[in-house]
Amino acid sequence: MTLGSVPPKFKVTIDRDECMDCGRCIENCSYGVYRREGDRILIESRKCTACLRCVSMCPRDAITLTEKPVDYRSHPLWTREAREDIINQARSGKIILSGMGNARDLPVIYDRLLLDACQVTNPSIDPLREPMELRTYIGKKPSKLKFRKTESGDVELDTKLAPNLKLDTPIMIGHMSFGAISLNSQLSMAKAVAETGTFMGTGEGGLHKELYPYQDHMIVQVASGRFGVNIDYLERGAAIEIKIGQGAKPGIGGHLPGEKVNEEVSKTRMIPLGSDAISPAPHHDIYSIEDLVQLIRSLKEATEWKKPVFVKIAAVHNVAPIAAGIARSSADAVVIDGFRGGTGAAPKVFRDHVGIPIEAAIASVDQKLRDQGVRNEISIIASGGIRSSADLAKSIALGADAVYVGTAALVALGCRVCGNCYRNLCPWGIATQRPDLVSRLDPEAGAAQVSNLIHGWTLELSELMGAAGINSIESLRGNRDRLRGYMLDEGMLKILDVLPAGA
Amino acid sequence: MKTVRIDAKGMHYTPLNQKIRAAVADGAEEIILDNILGQRFIGDGLRGNVRITINGVPGGDLGMFMSGPTCIVNGNAEHAPGNTMDSGMLVIHGSAGDAVAHGMRGGKVFIKNNIGYRGGIHMKQYEVEARPILVVGGTAHSFLGEYMAGGLVLVLGIGKEKAMTDRGIGSGIHGGEIIIRGDVDDYLLGVGAKKFEFTESDLERISPVIKSFCEHFDLDPAEFLDTNYTRIGPASSRPFASKYVWE
Ligand code: SF4
Ligand code: SF4
Repeated sequence: MTLGSVPPKFKVTIDRDECMDCGRCIENCSYGVYRREGDRILIESRKCTACLRCVSMCPRDAITLTEKPVDYRSHPLWTREAREDIINQARSGKIILSGMGNARDLPVIYDRLLLDACQVTNPSIDPLREPMELRTYIGKKPSKLKFRKTESGDVELDTKLAPNLKLDTPIMIGHMSFGAISLNSQLSMAKAVAETGTFMGTGEGGLHKELYPYQDHMIVQVASGRFGVNIDYLERGAAIEIKIGQGAKPGIGGHLPGEKVNEEVSKTRMIPLGSDAISPAPHHDIYSIEDLVQLIRSLKEATEWKKPVFVKIAAVHNVAPIAAGIARSSADAVVIDGFRGGTGAAPKVFRDHVGIPIEAAIASVDQKLRDQGVRNEISIIASGGIRSSADLAKSIALGADAVYVGTAALVALGCRVCGNCYRNLCPWGIATQRPDLVSRLDPEAGAAQVSNLIHGWTLELSELMGAAGINSIESLRGNRDRLRGYMLDEGMLKILDVLPAGA
Repeated sequence: MKTVRIDAKGMHYTPLNQKIRAAVADGAEEIILDNILGQRFIGDGLRGNVRITINGVPGGDLGMFMSGPTCIVNGNAEHAPGNTMDSGMLVIHGSAGDAVAHGMRGGKVFIKNNIGYRGGIHMKQYEVEARPILVVGGTAHSFLGEYMAGGLVLVLGIGKEKAMTDRGIGSGIHGGEIIIRGDVDDYLLGVGAKKFEFTESDLERISPVIKSFCEHFDLDPAEFLDTNYTRIGPASSRPFASKYVWE
């Protein structure tokens, strides 16, 4: 091995004065950092992924973790990452896979958008006292309503309304499949969305029967691998989502490493045990926008037009015209997933370099649909890197109807964004199928944590709206006047249709 | 046997499917559809054991998500018959378009003549309970059985000098098998696909399928009951593992 090893990413130390030798770090670390030899706990720092399980479980706060303990010679261009990727590929000659979302230090547009509040000229609203309308309907709305007079003189609605999802709060949980994450994680989130009056996605790993009690809050996904898709699955879902693309890896399919394909996953996906679950890049029955219409209609026809059908695309350069095409198909909502979206596994070069920020994508899609006079007919769901209620409020002000959160919900379950989801060793019992690890996540406790998060954000959203003198989510939607750009260039301000701070 | 006859002349697919569902709900065991001309989604998501005879040319996605019924088509079929089908059977007395049996999960699709591109693509399987079967009497275009995760694709090449002459057979196949009458040139195989010897025990395994196919199309099965086949399967269960390295 002429290239030698690269420096370890983390350095773990135990403060031996504090340590009470309880052994919890050894038990908790699924990566094998700790081991006991004689009366001493030995540490192998190179195995550490900074999942922070040991740090969180140590009763004495005796563990210290340092990132990048060994420095390279500093260089602005030849970063540590650039050098290490080359070393990796010089050794292997392969495509580098990585987990979680985009890890590059690019400016975050959300952080350069500021929200508005009332002062003097119009009063702010106290959400404690005044009702705040956060209810959101996702689905097709008629372009106009027709009424009819009955014989008794009453007025009745004549227009046939398309099925919609009713959300008590505009926060949904995005699609993370059984396979990529554990059943206990899915169960935790399913209980949480049922309790908070919202919805979550199943991902493309089918709908496990333990989730049936929550099926009215589940959006079932149809992706290019068609894993788990049958008529029973389609009928159980509250809505159906066709996944065309994903923000973390636009233009390519899914990749569930064989390590995670155990008996149960192999059964729901109908693929051999231990084989990689590959979703092809395109749906091989969709090679054009006409074919997309055909798939949407086939799903509606199969479920007798009772379910809304969403189409999810990655935010790419031409996202606005693509979304406009989708709006003209029979889709009820378009989901746009920005380039910071998370994933269990994606080629690093895609995760870090392909796609555009969700903020710009929401604004341009909303604008295009308004220009074409169809914005009111289709819902926009935004996702990809939404971290807080502020990001949520800004997304809605830019033009989204609701958001999907993924990573944020996992963090509420314990995830520390270590990015090692592909190894099937997630010590938090989230991105793993190993029974001993999965059992660390209690679905009841997990559900409470996730619904706390949704509650917290919902309260903050009401406060933010109240402060801005807005009492209905509809008045915030696409209300870019309530945003100001800070340190954003003129071109970006134009795309966002937002004035600079001070204007 | 309760039979229902529907004249589909000029009828849109939604009312047509509603009529079919209503007939099934009403206990029909046989449904005859006359004057079918391009209606898509016939039998889409339909359950039950009904037998549907389709007189004419159905449109795309015939029998999509279907779970149980049998459809006999007296004519050709369009794009993707048997798409993501769960169980049941399609018998097509003619040829069919692209993506036949796409993502199919179970049941049988029998095509008398030829199929287009991407036939049997992404077919899956769970043990023996759910094992989809696609049989093509004639030949298929490129990308046959691409990404296959399970099931059986059988091409008989009736009336052809060579059963397959198009490339990309079984690219990315990681489960299931593609069996082709006669020899298959190496250059026709996709990445990750490998030829295996076709043995007597393979013949024993697939002869019920051959017999059933021949019965539907009035062919003499004796002609096909030998070991003159090529069996194509996955070179490895993780055909893509060698392409990637972790961060
Ligand atoms: S968990 Fe903390 S106290 Fe317990 S053995 Fe490890 S370092 Fe020591
Ligand atoms: S889900 Fe688990 S493995 Fe993945 S980033 Fe979070 S803590 Fe790490």
